[in-house]
Amino acid sequence: MTDIIQTDVVIVGAGPVGLFAVFELGLLDVKAHVIDILPRAGGQCSELYPEKPIYDIPGFPVISGQGLVDNLMKQIEPFKPGFHFGEMTTGLEVLGDAVHPRFRVTTDCDKAFECKAVLVAAGGGSFQPKKPPIPGIDAYEGKSVHYSVRRMEDFRGADVMIVGGGDSALDWTLNLQPLARRLTLVHRRDEFRAAPHSVNAMRALVAAGAMDLVIGQVTAVAGADGAMTSATVKKADGALVDVACTRMMPFFGLTMKLGPIADWGLALAENLVPVDTEKFETATPGVFAVGDINHYPGKLKLILSGFHEAALAAQRVHRYVYPDKKLTFQYTTSSTSLQRKLGVA
Amino acid sequence: MVTINFRAADGTLRTVEAEPGSTVMEAAIQSKVPGITAECGGACACATCHVYVDADWFERLPKAEPMEEDMLDFASDLRKTSRLSCQIKVAPELDGLTVETPARQG
Ligand SMILES: Cc1cc2nc3c(=O)[nH]c(=O)nc-3n(C[C@H](O)[C@H](O)[C@H](O)COP(=O)(O)OP(=O)(O)OC[C@H]3O[C@@H](n4cnc5c(N)ncnc54)[C@H](O)[C@@H]3O)c2cc1C
Ligand code: FES
Repeated sequence: MTDIIQTDVVIVGAGPVGLFAVFELGLLDVKAHVIDILPRAGGQCSELYPEKPIYDIPGFPVISGQGLVDNLMKQIEPFKPGFHFGEMTTGLEVLGDAVHPRFRVTTDCDKAFECKAVLVAAGGGSFQPKKPPIPGIDAYEGKSVHYSVRRMEDFRGADVMIVGGGDSALDWTLNLQPLARRLTLVHRRDEFRAAPHSVNAMRALVAAGAMDLVIGQVTAVAGADGAMTSATVKKADGALVDVACTRMMPFFGLTMKLGPIADWGLALAENLVPVDTEKFETATPGVFAVGDINHYPGKLKLILSGFHEAALAAQRVHRYVYPDKKLTFQYTTSSTSLQRKLGVA
Repeated sequence: MVTINFRAADGTLRTVEAEPGSTVMEAAIQSKVPGITAECGGACACATCHVYVDADWFERLPKAEPMEEDMLDFASDLRKTSRLSCQIKVAPELDGLTVETPARQG
C-alpha cells in the first residue's frame, strides 16, 4: 500500500451529482477527492447518453449529457479536486466516533484515503463489464478471461481471442496482435461499430494472414483448472468451429452493479441507501448519500434533485470538517469571499 | 390499445395493452413484465430490453436502425430474430405481436 492520502472528503462516484458536490463543498472550503471506476467523469450522462438531450436542467432549455458533464467539470475546476479514475472504491472503514467521524477509504488499486466525511454518489452503481453469455466462463475469469489489460506482457505468446465489435475490441485487437502467438477476433456480424481506421487496420491484418476474423458467437469454452485451451464459435450458417484460445477478452459493454457499497453497513433497502432529507446522511454519521443511490420519501431520480441534495449535505459536512467554525449563508453573486474561492474576484 | 404478448423463456405468456406511439419496452415496464430490465430507459444504450420476435412478426417489423444493430452486439444469446424492444414502436398493425424474453438480460 502506498502513502495514505489525507483529505476532507472522499466522493465515491464522478457522475453529475458527485461532480456538483465538489462545487458545493468547495464553496465551504472543504477539499474533496473523487473516485470512479470509469476512466472519465460523467457517470450515466457520459456513459449511457452523451449525445442525447436533457430538457430539465434548470436554466438550460436543452443540453446534451456530455455537454452537462463538460460544464460541470469547468464549474468545479477552481476547487481542483483529486480525481482517481479507473478505480473501484472497495473499502470503507470507520475510524472515529459519531461526533468526530473519520474514515479510511480504499480502492482496488491499493490507494487509501483518510477523511472526515464520505459522500456516496454512486448512482445506479459502479459501471462494470458485462459478462458474455458463455456457459462456464466464470471458472476462467482472472486466469484466462480478462475484461481489461493490466499487463500487456501477459498476452505474449498466447492464443488470444477477442470478442466484440466496438472500439475496445478493435483497439485491443491491434495492440495485442503483435504479441499474441495467434489472435482471433470474433464478432456476430461483419460490421463494426469501432472507428473506421481501426477496422481497416484489422482487415489489413486479416488479409495479410497475420490474424483471424471469425463471424459468429462463442458458445462454449474448454480447458482445465481455470486455464482455457479452446473456444467453440458458432458461425452464422450454424457450423461450429473450435479455435485455440488461452486468453480471452470479451467486450459486451458495461452494466451497473451495486458492488462493494453493499458491505459498508449503510442499512441498504432494495439496493438504495436510506438518508434523511435534511442532511442526506446515512445510518453511519459522517457518511452521506446523494443522487440516484439514495432513497427517502418522495425521492426522484433526477439530476436536479441530486444537485439539491449535494448542497444540503455539504452544509453538514462542513460541521464535521470545521467543528469550531460557524457557517454563514452567502450568495455567489454578492459574496467576495465566495468569488475569491471561484477565482473571479 | 394494441395487444402485445410476452412469452418468458419458460413458456409463460403475459398479455399487455400498449399505447400506439409508445414502445414495446415501455409496455413491458408499465406492466412489470419479468425479463425486461431496460436499464437505460430506452436510450438504446444498454441492450437489457432484448427480445426475440416471433418469426412471422419479425418480417413485418420495420428493420432495425444501425444504432440498434450496434447495441444488439452487447445483448446475450442473440438469435436472428433478436431486437431491442425499446426500438419497436407500438402501432395498430402490431396488434397481437408476440415476443419472447431471453433467459437473461445483460
Ligand atoms: C437514458 C437516460 C436518460 C436520462 N435523462 C434524464 C433527464 O432528462 N433528466 C434528469 O434529471 N435525469 C435523467 N436521467 C437520470 C440521470 O442520468 C441520473 O439521475 C444521474 O446520472 C444520477 O447521477 P449520479 O451522479 O447520482 O449517478 P451516476 O450518473 O449513476 O454516476 C455514478 C458513478 O459512480 C460510479 N461508482 C459507483 N460505485 C462505485 C464504486 N464503488 N467505486 C467507484 N466508482 C463507483 C459509477 O461508475 C458512476 O460513474 C437519465 C438517465 C438515463 C439512463
Ligand atoms: S432500454 Fe436500454 S437499449 Fe432498450
